[in-house]
Amino acid sequence: MTAVNEPIVPAATAASLIDDDSAPDIGAWQVLRRGIATSPELKTGLAVTVMLAVMAAAGRLVIPILVQQILDHGILGQDGYREGFVAKAAIAAMITVVVVAMASRIAFVRLVTMTESVLLDLRVRVFEHIHKLSLADHTESRSGVLVARVTSDIETLVRFTQWGMISWIIDTAIIIGTLVVMAVYSWQLTLVAVAVHLPLLPFLRWVQEKQFVAYGLVRTRVAETLGHTAEAVSGAPVIRAYDYGDPVRARLDDSIDRQYQQQLRSSVWFAGLLPVVDFVSSVSLAVAMGIGVWWRADLGVEVGELVAFIFLVNLILQPISQLGEVLDQTQTALAGWWKILRVLDVPIAVVEPEDGQELPTGPLGVELEDVSFRYRTGPMVLRNISLTIPPETNVAVVGETGSGKTTTARLFARLADPIGGVVRIGGIDLRDVDPDSRHRSIRMVPQDGFLFDRSVRDNIRFGRGDATDDDVELSIDELGLRQWVESLPEGLDTVVGERGGRLSVGERQLVALARAQVADPGLLLLDEATSAVDPETEEALAAALGRLAAGRTTISVAHRLSTAERADLVLVFDAGKLVQQGSHSELVEIPGIYRGLYESWIGNTRSSAID
Amino acid sequence: MWRRGGRLIMRSLRAHPRLHATAMIGAVAFVFASIGGAWVLGRVTDDVVVAAFEDGRVDGSDVWLGMVALVVISLLRGGSVVVRRWFLAKAELRTQRDWRRSLVHHYLDVPLRFHRTRPAGELLAHADLDLTNATMVLKPLAFALSVVLLVIVALASLLLIHPLLALLGGVVFPLLVVMSQVYTSRVEAPSARAQQRVGDVSSVAYESFEGALVVKTLGREKAEVERMREASARLRDERIHVGRMRAVFEPAIDALPNVGVVLLLLVGANLVSQGEATPGDLVLAATLFGLLSTPLRVFGFFLEEMPRSVVSLDRVDRVMEAEAEDRVGSRTLPAGALGLVVRDLSVVHDNQRVLRDVDLDVAAGETIAIVGPTGSGKSTLVEAVAGLLDRTSGDVRLGDVSVDDVSAEDWSAAVALAFQESFLFADSVRENVSLGIVTDSDARHALVTAQASTFVDELESGFDTVVGERGTTLSGGQRQRVALARAIARRPRLLLLDDATSAVDATVESQILDGLRTDLDVTLIVVAHRISTILLADRVVYLDDGQVMAVGTHDELLARADYNALVTAYEQADDV
Repeated sequence: MTAVNEPIVPAATAASLIDDDSAPDIGAWQVLRRGIATSPELKTGLAVTVMLAVMAAAGRLVIPILVQQILDHGILGQDGYREGFVAKAAIAAMITVVVVAMASRIAFVRLVTMTESVLLDLRVRVFEHIHKLSLADHTESRSGVLVARVTSDIETLVRFTQWGMISWIIDTAIIIGTLVVMAVYSWQLTLVAVAVHLPLLPFLRWVQEKQFVAYGLVRTRVAETLGHTAEAVSGAPVIRAYDYGDPVRARLDDSIDRQYQQQLRSSVWFAGLLPVVDFVSSVSLAVAMGIGVWWRADLGVEVGELVAFIFLVNLILQPISQLGEVLDQTQTALAGWWKILRVLDVPIAVVEPEDGQELPTGPLGVELEDVSFRYRTGPMVLRNISLTIPPETNVAVVGETGSGKTTTARLFARLADPIGGVVRIGGIDLRDVDPDSRHRSIRMVPQDGFLFDRSVRDNIRFGRGDATDDDVELSIDELGLRQWVESLPEGLDTVVGERGGRLSVGERQLVALARAQVADPGLLLLDEATSAVDPETEEALAAALGRLAAGRTTISVAHRLSTAERADLVLVFDAGKLVQQGSHSELVEIPGIYRGLYESWIGNTRSSAID
Repeated sequence: MWRRGGRLIMRSLRAHPRLHATAMIGAVAFVFASIGGAWVLGRVTDDVVVAAFEDGRVDGSDVWLGMVALVVISLLRGGSVVVRRWFLAKAELRTQRDWRRSLVHHYLDVPLRFHRTRPAGELLAHADLDLTNATMVLKPLAFALSVVLLVIVALASLLLIHPLLALLGGVVFPLLVVMSQVYTSRVEAPSARAQQRVGDVSSVAYESFEGALVVKTLGREKAEVERMREASARLRDERIHVGRMRAVFEPAIDALPNVGVVLLLLVGANLVSQGEATPGDLVLAATLFGLLSTPLRVFGFFLEEMPRSVVSLDRVDRVMEAEAEDRVGSRTLPAGALGLVVRDLSVVHDNQRVLRDVDLDVAAGETIAIVGPTGSGKSTLVEAVAGLLDRTSGDVRLGDVSVDDVSAEDWSAAVALAFQESFLFADSVRENVSLGIVTDSDARHALVTAQASTFVDELESGFDTVVGERGTTLSGGQRQRVALARAIARRPRLLLLDDATSAVDATVESQILDGLRTDLDVTLIVVAHRISTILLADRVVYLDDGQVMAVGTHDELLARADYNALVTAYEQADDV
């Protein structure tokens, strides 16, 4: 039994959220196979749908035959006009028409219902997978590109399922049906007609490969355009304020133009395919005709048979050229599918345990044992870190940019797993902790106070899955934020705008703190949460922070040494190593990195300050 | 709907008449080649195949001729297809490109309030899928128009045979029109809703990915997935709704020509029996009807595509309606630091008066601190002065020129605003600071002034390091300093800092402000929260509830109880 997420063929080495121009590393057929393996629901009820579609196709073949019968036997026959026969045949034809329409309708509805559900699942799955990926993966990609994966790329599949799929079934059925009827008239000539078509197969394959690559690039270009558009939209204030519109415009124009060029390039195959198919089919028609006429005696064909045969070869031309058209659409869809599968191939860095353990309640101790870490594609960030933090300690982590202090905080929250060593929280290996328990008990407050475009209340409630309105109110009071809440235009029901844009940066952090309070965590990770606050909120914030930290283990990634001064324990990181630990007063006494940091800070910032 | 569809098509026709015309020629050639193909096949059957059987002899050259004729006509047909498809693809894709361009340009031109009221994800959906769908109807356009020729030929021929048969043929088309009108009117609303749902899905996705870190730290993946599932389920339901309608319309279009032929045979047989038509006439009529079936289908599909395209373009057009804001002035600003005069400035936002009757006089080269409690209108004042917000009433004059009259180039060279929230482009530090206009040495110098050069030099590729989206690979304080360098780099003569140094240490902030004042000949307006910043200012503007309560030096203002209380709170915060 393979796990669902396991790719059927080995994961593509290029699996990445980075969208580059690399050609697909797997063929269209593999995409199809893997796509179906990823969404096996595609096969449910397909047999009935195909049957219905085949029925509709058969009916389409029957109708011209019935028309021919009416003409031949009801009107032009030896007996002249036979009213009864004409009426009966006409009724039969009408019934066939109705049956065809009904069968088509049911097949279509079934197909739409099934594929829409499958695509819903696929969309949600890609979305979920993207959320499960590591932050590093997110950082190296653009949000706009990721949006393309769950919208634009999926839409290529939607368009395909809306008629391409049914066309494959019906046209194939018509072609096979026609071939069967042709064989009844003359199997030899049928063989000839088919043989002439054979060289078309490698050609179609070649074109299909070209189309697949071309459309893959179209998907890349579309995502690029979306990435740039997203930046233009989210950077609107800066673009306006700095009159940076022209360069942004040029960049957008460039990517839109590249998208257009690539789309046009892929159209070449679409435009050029049909004439070739038409040509080959016509050659086969001509050859069948010629052979039929020359060797009619050897073949034993009658004139009527040969005429009918020629008629049928001509008839087959339409579904064949239709398939050529569908082929084009199919490659677009497969290219979109490939992009989606490629995202699903990116390995999930943090795999949650099946039957995780609960973290103990109350303040949590933290222990790192020989922990090393690097991002999937980067150099070593942390080397052999070992440390112990007793419960209820107030810890400050200091170090230069790139020293590994932020990464360490991320490991505590299990935003990533170490590549070596163990992180223990409350005595339990963090990898064995139940995710819900972890989210409740370990709370990181990132420096970027991102809020959802909902009410303040909802945003606070998001701190804990089952938080009630009372819990929200309580957390507000506990942090002493009542006055602030009341100053909001609509109190807790104030809608905060995109990313929380209608609140000030500091207010957003108040919400983030309340959000943490509502979860009642035993371990609090503050990633520079205090750095970007407008000081008028700072008082509220400092008080709230003090209350939030009370009775909890607190680890702050500090950029201000004042935070370190107040901490029980200071951890000093340098170049991925824990170089010093101790209290502020201990560390300033001894020569080392910390004293260096402190002295430069003093020199920098306190020349005039300190009381 | 058809009128709107017609307008959509006309827009594309007018923009790319030659491409459409060439495609049209290809399409017409295809019609002739098809008719020719049928004719050649008929001749070959009669004169070669049937003749061979009847005469019992084969004229080799006739057979060869027939074979060659079949292949040649296919080449003509193929050629016409290439012409039609290629030029049509070009016309469609160019139309799409043009519309997409003007849409995203519009995103850049509209006032900020436009962006503050619309989810970014939705704007992405407009630029991508709405436009892709909008031009979809152009694909079958030339073909659908050219087959009109077939219809005319077929109907005229039918008329020659018997008026009743022509009438029958003629009835099929109005029937198609009625059917598609019914379909169109019913499918429009759900179709529009489906497009709306696509926009919703896009919004959810964009917001969610933007907040990926918070989603992770809150353990909200499941809830977000649920949100996505709900949005997607609504989309699916709408799509199935539309699909069910199509599942009636499409088979009906397919059935229409067949129904027509059977009716024709019934009526025709009757005519034959009454001697009003010959059996030969009937065979010909049936063949002509067969010719009609292609136009019927092609036209049907064309009409079927129309609603989706129309509603998609509607969505785009609605966004395009938002008025673009362009600086139309042509006056230049005086050299050196710029004085600022604000008179009776009021700003109403969401029916709330955010600023009321603000008067302000700032001398050239002066440093002004704007102080006030949260929600007092500090950011609004700064943004209004920077021309980013619509003034409801009042005048702003810069260097004695009304800001509305200043030319765009002069304005952007003279005025810079650094925001509370620093936004960096996913580009190099160099580009983020220079914005493509400032020289490298000026940009580096600005980084030094903004106290950012040390850490920038330590970055992986230093000055050329590409930062993450929105600058995510930098810390908050680093981001602010780079953004500040960007503001300084163009050597503005009025610099507005909207809490742009909040993530920077107080003393570093003082150094930055000192540095830029000695470096630049500038009027400086700082939204200040720190006592150290306030002390740097020549004068303080105390704002509360959207009104200027007092203007004066810090010491003068300390006499006011409310100001005193606020500043004391800052002082305590500074000491924390």
